[in-house]
Amino acid sequence: MSEHSIACEVTGVWTQYGTTVIHRDLNLKVYTGEVMALVGGSGSGKTTLLRHIIGLTTPSRGEIRLFGVNLAQLDRDGARQARNRFGMLFQQGALFSALTVYENIAFPLRELRQFDEDAIHLLVMHKLALVELEPKHAWLLPSQLSGGMIKRVALARALALEPELLVLDEPTAGLDPDRSEKFVQLIKNLRKQLGLTVIFVTHDLDTLVGMTDRVAVLADQHIIASCSLPELANINHPFAQNFFQGVSERLERTNKWKIAPTP
Amino acid sequence: MADAAFRVEDQTDGSKRVILTGAWSLRGVQNNFSDLREHLSGFFSNPFTHWDLSAVEQLDSAAAVMLWSGWGKHVDQRMTLRPEHTALFNTIAALPPAHSLAAGRGNLMTPLRTLWDGYLDFFSHLVDFVNLVGGLLLELLYILRNPRNIPLKEISANVYKGGVQALPVTALVSFMIGVAMSYLMAIQLRKFGADIFIVNIIGLAGIRELGPILMAIIVAGRSGSAMTAQIGVMRVTEEIDALATMGISRTLRLILPKVMGLTLVAPLLAFWTSAWAILGGMLAAQLQLGISMEFFLDYLPRVVTPVTMLLAIFKGLTFGLLVTLIACHFGMRVKPNTESLSASTTSSVVSAITTVILVDAVFAIITRNIGL
Repeated sequence: MSEHSIACEVTGVWTQYGTTVIHRDLNLKVYTGEVMALVGGSGSGKTTLLRHIIGLTTPSRGEIRLFGVNLAQLDRDGARQARNRFGMLFQQGALFSALTVYENIAFPLRELRQFDEDAIHLLVMHKLALVELEPKHAWLLPSQLSGGMIKRVALARALALEPELLVLDEPTAGLDPDRSEKFVQLIKNLRKQLGLTVIFVTHDLDTLVGMTDRVAVLADQHIIASCSLPELANINHPFAQNFFQGVSERLERTNKWKIAPTP
Repeated sequence: MADAAFRVEDQTDGSKRVILTGAWSLRGVQNNFSDLREHLSGFFSNPFTHWDLSAVEQLDSAAAVMLWSGWGKHVDQRMTLRPEHTALFNTIAALPPAHSLAAGRGNLMTPLRTLWDGYLDFFSHLVDFVNLVGGLLLELLYILRNPRNIPLKEISANVYKGGVQALPVTALVSFMIGVAMSYLMAIQLRKFGADIFIVNIIGLAGIRELGPILMAIIVAGRSGSAMTAQIGVMRVTEEIDALATMGISRTLRLILPKVMGLTLVAPLLAFWTSAWAILGGMLAAQLQLGISMEFFLDYLPRVVTPVTMLLAIFKGLTFGLLVTLIACHFGMRVKPNTESLSASTTSSVVSAITTVILVDAVFAIITRNIGL
């Protein structure tokens, strides 16, 4: 695995609904092992782009390659195998409400049909431990969980198949600052332990400063910049400038001026 | 990354040495751990096999769990591990075993427990239902004193949705049943030369039984299920709480209009249903027995007395009320998950139809001397 192999490549993507253009010739590269944040104003099409990346929707034009393959061109089995290489954390968790926490995490493992119940039990417990939940939480239903726990369980489910790429939609939205700080720490630890590539969308500057290596700014229907946080200062665009104001304050406060690898 | 693989070497002391290579990880899409486990099972069962993991490129939790289970859930000096592997196996060994958590899930007491839970569940239903009816009565008293607060718009919407929109389907179903019944009866009656009694049978059955019952069943299926699902989803999405926050009574704004609207429209719908059943029966009687429609309509009032009509109205009112009350009751009990929503909707329709038929039987016995 070379240092700068590409986990996800978006080339020339257009998204149009009727006459509304959401993405216009959008290009983005995410390198293996990096944490890439996707930022942009409300309604700028961040979540739409995420949905394109994980293959839930297809763009009107252009191509998206995950690990060098285009999900849309694979046959059923191939697409399924490729989909097992990434995990998605939805904004609201999207846990199966009729299943317990245990069953939710066991679900993707069972679908693989490679493990017996004993192994599934151990793997579920391992994932619960990874996201710092206790074994007794396994028998709760999603409706009995708090917002932070829902995110953790959803993360555990996303991690169940040992993905290489983790896609997070607003991972800390709806969590209090303390919890969101912990969640950021959790994801950072997991990234270190499991060697993950992470793409995430966020509005929360603390989350952004806490986690990200590079940031891609989505404005005017395309990516106006993808660079490390300090380099945002050089981007001449009102949104990027505004955004950088908030970021630089936090960077100075936490003194996290680190130079990210720019390939 | 190479796929997971292994090779076996013979050692000087005669034992085997299994050397694992490649990426033992779910990330290798070609890896199939159930196959690998099968291939390794012979070595797992041999207590003298040595295992060498130092050439493994990547070991993830899934592979580690598979190996660990195969080794009999422990790691000893037969295994040559890298430090990060040792850490992973230590983590797995520290996980709570299945039996420690499964305690209390299924034993001798389970059937008794189920019975007891069912008994408690029945009472909770009873309490909730009484609560619902009581709340409705209080709201009725309230709007009698404050007529400005009658939710007229909502009532009218329910009359339209539950009544007007149900007209075509009730007409079709009852017409067909009228035709079928009339043909069946015509053949029997002809044997006795009692052709004329077709009017009695179709008239009485249509107005006393078929109309109200068919109406109730169709309304339970159409509107009852919709009400349960609507109230249920509103509960799940906290819309009902939002209403309460604005100081609006959920009983007054959600349940009362449904109950009043459907109860008011039910007798009319029952008459409509009866009319189509009689029309179907009349048509079939003309074709099969040669009884003209004029004669049929002329003779009908002598069979169906006004008291029968009153009875039909009363039945329509009761059935409409029962169906909506049951639908709202189950709607208010929906818990915030998909399973509960579907279960409640099913229970609502099944309970409504069962209750209506039970009540109808009781009615038939009580009113056996009236209007016949």
